[in-house]
Amino acid sequence: MDDNKFLINRIHEEKGYVEKEKAKIIAKERKEKLASLYEFLSFYSLFHTKPKGKNIIRVCKSLSCHLEGKDKIISKLKELLKIEIGNTTPDGEFTLEYTSCLGACSLSPSIMINDVLIPKVTCEKIPYLIKEFKEKEPMPLKIPISAPYGKLILRNVYEINPLSIEDYLKREGYKALEIALKREGETIIEEIKKADLRGRGGAGFKTGLKWEFVKKEKERPKFVICNADEGEPGTFKDRVLIENDPHSVIEGMIIAGYAVDAEKGFIYIRGEYESGLKILKNAIDEAKEKGFLGKNIYGSNFSFDIEIIKGGGSYVCGEETALMESIEGKRGEPRRKPPYPSEKGLFGKPTLINNVETFANIPIIILKGADFYKNHGSILLSLSGDLNFKGVCEIPFGTSLEYVIKEIGGGIKDGNLKFLILGGLSGNLLLPSYLNIKMDYESLSRANLSFGSGAIIAINDKRCSVCISENIIEFFMEESCGKCIPCLIGTYEASKIIKNIIKGKRKDINILFEIAETMELSSFCPLGQNSLKVIKDIIKEFKEEWEFHIKENKCPLKHE
Amino acid sequence: MNEKYINVKINGKEYLFPQGIKIVDACKKIGIFIPTLCFLKEISEEGSCGICVVEIKGFKSLQRACITEIKDGMEIITDSEKIHKVRKMNLEFILSIHLPECITCEADGDCLLQDLAYKYSISNSRFFEKVKIFYKETKAWEINSFIKFYPEKCILCRRCINACKNMAVVNTISVVGRGYKTKINTPFELPIEDTECEFCGICVQACPTGALIEKTRIRKGKIFHFKKTETVCAYCGVGCEVILYTDENNNIVMAKGKEDSPVNKGRLCVKGRYGFEYANSNERLTKPLIKENGIFKEIEWEEAINYVAKRLKEIKERYGPDSITFLSSSRCTNEDNYVLQKFARAVIGTNNIDNCARLCHAPSVAALSKVLGAGAATNPIEDIKNTEVMFVIGSNMTETHPVIAQLVKKHKKDGAKLIVCDPRRINLAEYADIYIQHYPGTDVALLNGIMKVIIDKGYVNKKFIEENTEGFEEFLKVIPKYDLELVSKITGVDKDLIEKAAEIYGSAEKAMIFYTMGITQHATGTDAVLSIANLTLLTGHIGSKGNGIMPLRGQANVQGACDMGALPTYLPGNQRITDQLVIEKFEKEWNVKLPTSPGIFVSELTHYISKGKIKAMYVMGGNPLMTHPDLNTLEKALKKLEFIVVQEIFLSETAELAHVILPAASAYEKDGTFTNTERRVQLIRPAREKPEGTKYDWEILSLIAKAMGYKMEYKNPLEIMEEIRRVAPSYAGITYKRLERGGIQWPCPSENHPGTEILYEGGKFKTPSGKAIFSPVEYIESEELPCEEYPFILTTGRILYHYHGRSETKRVKTLESFVPKNYVEISREDAERLNIKDGELIRVKSRRGSIEINARVSDRPKKGVVFISFHFKETNANILTNPILDPVARIPEFKACAVRIEKIEGRS
Repeated sequence: MDDNKFLINRIHEEKGYVEKEKAKIIAKERKEKLASLYEFLSFYSLFHTKPKGKNIIRVCKSLSCHLEGKDKIISKLKELLKIEIGNTTPDGEFTLEYTSCLGACSLSPSIMINDVLIPKVTCEKIPYLIKEFKEKEPMPLKIPISAPYGKLILRNVYEINPLSIEDYLKREGYKALEIALKREGETIIEEIKKADLRGRGGAGFKTGLKWEFVKKEKERPKFVICNADEGEPGTFKDRVLIENDPHSVIEGMIIAGYAVDAEKGFIYIRGEYESGLKILKNAIDEAKEKGFLGKNIYGSNFSFDIEIIKGGGSYVCGEETALMESIEGKRGEPRRKPPYPSEKGLFGKPTLINNVETFANIPIIILKGADFYKNHGSILLSLSGDLNFKGVCEIPFGTSLEYVIKEIGGGIKDGNLKFLILGGLSGNLLLPSYLNIKMDYESLSRANLSFGSGAIIAINDKRCSVCISENIIEFFMEESCGKCIPCLIGTYEASKIIKNIIKGKRKDINILFEIAETMELSSFCPLGQNSLKVIKDIIKEFKEEWEFHIKENKCPLKHE
Repeated sequence: MNEKYINVKINGKEYLFPQGIKIVDACKKIGIFIPTLCFLKEISEEGSCGICVVEIKGFKSLQRACITEIKDGMEIITDSEKIHKVRKMNLEFILSIHLPECITCEADGDCLLQDLAYKYSISNSRFFEKVKIFYKETKAWEINSFIKFYPEKCILCRRCINACKNMAVVNTISVVGRGYKTKINTPFELPIEDTECEFCGICVQACPTGALIEKTRIRKGKIFHFKKTETVCAYCGVGCEVILYTDENNNIVMAKGKEDSPVNKGRLCVKGRYGFEYANSNERLTKPLIKENGIFKEIEWEEAINYVAKRLKEIKERYGPDSITFLSSSRCTNEDNYVLQKFARAVIGTNNIDNCARLCHAPSVAALSKVLGAGAATNPIEDIKNTEVMFVIGSNMTETHPVIAQLVKKHKKDGAKLIVCDPRRINLAEYADIYIQHYPGTDVALLNGIMKVIIDKGYVNKKFIEENTEGFEEFLKVIPKYDLELVSKITGVDKDLIEKAAEIYGSAEKAMIFYTMGITQHATGTDAVLSIANLTLLTGHIGSKGNGIMPLRGQANVQGACDMGALPTYLPGNQRITDQLVIEKFEKEWNVKLPTSPGIFVSELTHYISKGKIKAMYVMGGNPLMTHPDLNTLEKALKKLEFIVVQEIFLSETAELAHVILPAASAYEKDGTFTNTERRVQLIRPAREKPEGTKYDWEILSLIAKAMGYKMEYKNPLEIMEEIRRVAPSYAGITYKRLERGGIQWPCPSENHPGTEILYEGGKFKTPSGKAIFSPVEYIESEELPCEEYPFILTTGRILYHYHGRSETKRVKTLESFVPKNYVEISREDAERLNIKDGELIRVKSRRGSIEINARVSDRPKKGVVFISFHFKETNANILTNPILDPVARIPEFKACAVRIEKIEGRS
């Protein structure tokens, strides 16, 4: 791994296109089997082994974009390019594809042309985009933010130039690192534990405890990974942090590395976040130049480096062990746990893996202290769907959901609230009756809920729950890694059944519960286990809509 | 009992289990069967199918019993309504992508999925839909003649892929795509024959359904109609245990590697998996033949026996017993070999008996028995996994000993270091940490160079040398001049590589050396083996677990043929013909006066025939006209013989010259024993009836002996083995009854002795002094070096898909059609210089002969070196090879002779 580039980055150098002869060369240069390389290439949606058009147009088909009319966008593109999805124009200029969530859900509908994300696409804009297509630099998105109770995590967002470390330094940048390096690793971990910081990726595990596990391991080297593979539909808060405050994340990682005795860090950023990747790269270079990364940081004995790994387009790689497999140049399939990453993680070595937002919280805790954080800590939520305000908001723990939806979100657009999906598509369904719940770990947990990825997708009452379920399951079907039978077949079957119910070809809803139960009980990883969770609740709560579809062979809310 | 035990509750009862055990294994121990499908222990542990799920208290979801370790205090429930429901549903899922064609399926009755569907009473899946099957389509397996892939039956369990990765360590098939579009395919859907696939068929054996099937068994019948026989593969010396399946027409139709075998653990190679077919061939000899006026005529057995007896008697009387020579066979059993050498010694009265070991490991026998005590591999094959460094020199094991190569690659994958030295960039080199490409015949210089580095860098194991060896001082004197400068010049290898190899081998705690014909088939073969012995003694890498020397034996029973005394200087049990006590013992057993002057070596046959000393030759299962050097001269010599008898299963090239041919039973039709490369004596059992008209080799010999007036009456091989046990101390404890339970490694001096896994444990060497002997060895150049007229070095050997004179493999359709023609491997650089295209017919010429052969332009040979196999008659490398012999072991220099390459004008 030392002299060799990471395979996934190496493939990106080829712009994701590796045909047979090229593959043979790469396999040889890396002393790898062609079969292993091919397995790898065939797994990631951004990689391909057969020629495609000069430009690839990827249309996001995830829920938020679906709600904002991605179907019209697709029709327009097909009409204009005169091709079907998956095909290339005869002149070889454009290939048209679907993609799972692009992480720009407050600016839906969005498409990506090559590396460049184009938000808020309209049918009117499309001819212009295509006919006068020019290769552009990927730019950070202007995602709205809101922090009515004050900005802590978002303190630097839109306040500093993300490409300037000087700006960051002016705002106490790398001060936390300086303080941390004067402490013992154990002391830092105690502080994090005391602050009661929890992971912001989805599982909400206690961060301090995780650090302690890694700290305890004797094996060397140890690694720190920042999971920036933000792929849970409806989630885009990590994008905002990366694109606007990269140094907070990096500083958090360096402190983590120091605290757990790691010498190398990785940021695994999803392949679709090209602008974020460039900003992170620049930030790392700047930090190196200033001596915050590299040998003997702040004159201490501690040395630490960070390398960026660019994902290949796979939702499952957001799962921590699948992510490590991906860095190791394999298919992004989850590993069995235990052993947990803290014992045997990346390359079998003890590894600390945290989410972007989790790391961004670290400098705050060090600077302000655990006591402050415990009382004033906040969390980021990604708001999308049928809301009047869509964007990232920062709320102190304990804020009511009602406040989030009505005050921050500006209420429901176009009708009344039908339900919310909290925590992404693998999260939970929340009916309006839940609006008075307090947004903190304890309250949510008492109601059998969790923050998940912090995404909130609002659905108004003009939407049909069956049609939304169709969109949800399609995502899981496309993104299933293919490792285990329950998920591989279960998602496919569920999708087929829902489609048939919509078409009036299928009468039996109960079989969906059977599939859901089998998947919940026997899918290999949590992603598979949870993929029918929301749909199951939707069926329970809106059974009459399903029955209407079945009986009347049409949509109760007049979707076609 | 260092193991830590932990408490668990299974289905309400308390149990104690050793830490680290998986739930599925723990349950097996207490008689609870947990169904599995995608699971192959230590090979495929994906946890993909979701069949083995169980409930564990505290977990919301079910857990996979196949990959979940038991933890202290766990409470497990192995069956409940919930579990049953989930298993059934997952089975339905699986059956939804599996075309249920049990009626016409080859795997009917041998299919895990079928068993589970039966058990859970699922006749069809609610989710079955043909569309899903299309996602799995591939054409990659269509053309090859070995393996059929029915993607419509594939259940995506990945056992094939993991078996290919973790057992064969070839890794040539991929999981392709993801989600519902996942399928099994070759990279880029290349035809499987264009990938690295070696057709070992482990994927087929691992497949739990009928998705992967040997093409050769299709429509031959279902498993429950076959007769099943556990025996040993009849090809190379690895001695893989194999299960053969025979149909109602007495044809062997399928082979499986025996999964609990300590030798191969289920693995086989392409020959083991498909190569049995020759036994079924209708070209088998089934009538004794006598040559009259140059034409073979069928005669009855009685007439044939009497005729042979009469002629042998006449020749013996006229020219003396030493005018007759015997060539035994390492493809025949120990019992056959024993009887032939007894026939030579007791009936004819000559020590003129040899076997093809003369052409392969004679230097190992000569050198290792002299300096260590026994001419055999020191450690069991299973011990590979215990070593740190594997040093492979002059062994293209991927093609010659494929299953050992698989084990070596596996161990390398698991973290051991691998050093490979070979003039050709053989497949194993691709896996090596250090690959050394030295010139053919420079092994002694290379090894001396490595030893100099080891001495200079202080890796010498002084304690071992002091306690267990002699001759160290003398040995040390030859080493200093082999500095890196000189060695690099002689071998053509970077100094750096030699140094690194020495460091890796020298600094290891445990290291094993593997070698084959690259070392031995030289006029300096014995020297090279002595050098290897020196290297192990210098570092103490011998005589313990993970430390040893592994000369890999080439044929199924070459070790046994030597053990049985089919050698001109040894009696059975490695006992010298010069030992008076031994002679007396045998004279008493055989009731005859025995000759004591050494016999002739088979490699010197031409010489003795032309001197008029040899008048008759008796060959049992050998084909010297393909496998000896300088075939033109040999053929002329053989034609001078007055009488040649050949016991054979096919009309071989040598048999064509015979006066009488006696049709024999093949190894797949016999009872008896083979001794493999690790000294393991294993039972072989008949998988098919021998063809009508054939006889067993020992039976034929007994009949001739009787006709010549010597009482030799064995009822069966068991009786012969009992006699062997009486006379050969190393076999004394090896009974058929014990062998029924598994092979035993000699020496095994008594019936309650477990056999000997590792030779020389505790530094107890079997030399007269009890100490191992260092032997100073100087590098001597090959006799023929490249010169202006013959600027290339030719090296020879086997290829994976064929075997020796090809008598068997040319009658195996799959193998023969896969490689129907010989070729000469030439380096890209040389080919370009000579303007030779890949596939072009060219002429290769040595001082002894010339052949026309197609060029294969390749990255394998070193510049200036070419390679040709000896499997094909018209293009046999042995038309060119040099018959010069090693002065001690009398092995010819197959591995290095000077040749020239010529373009054939007007043709290309």
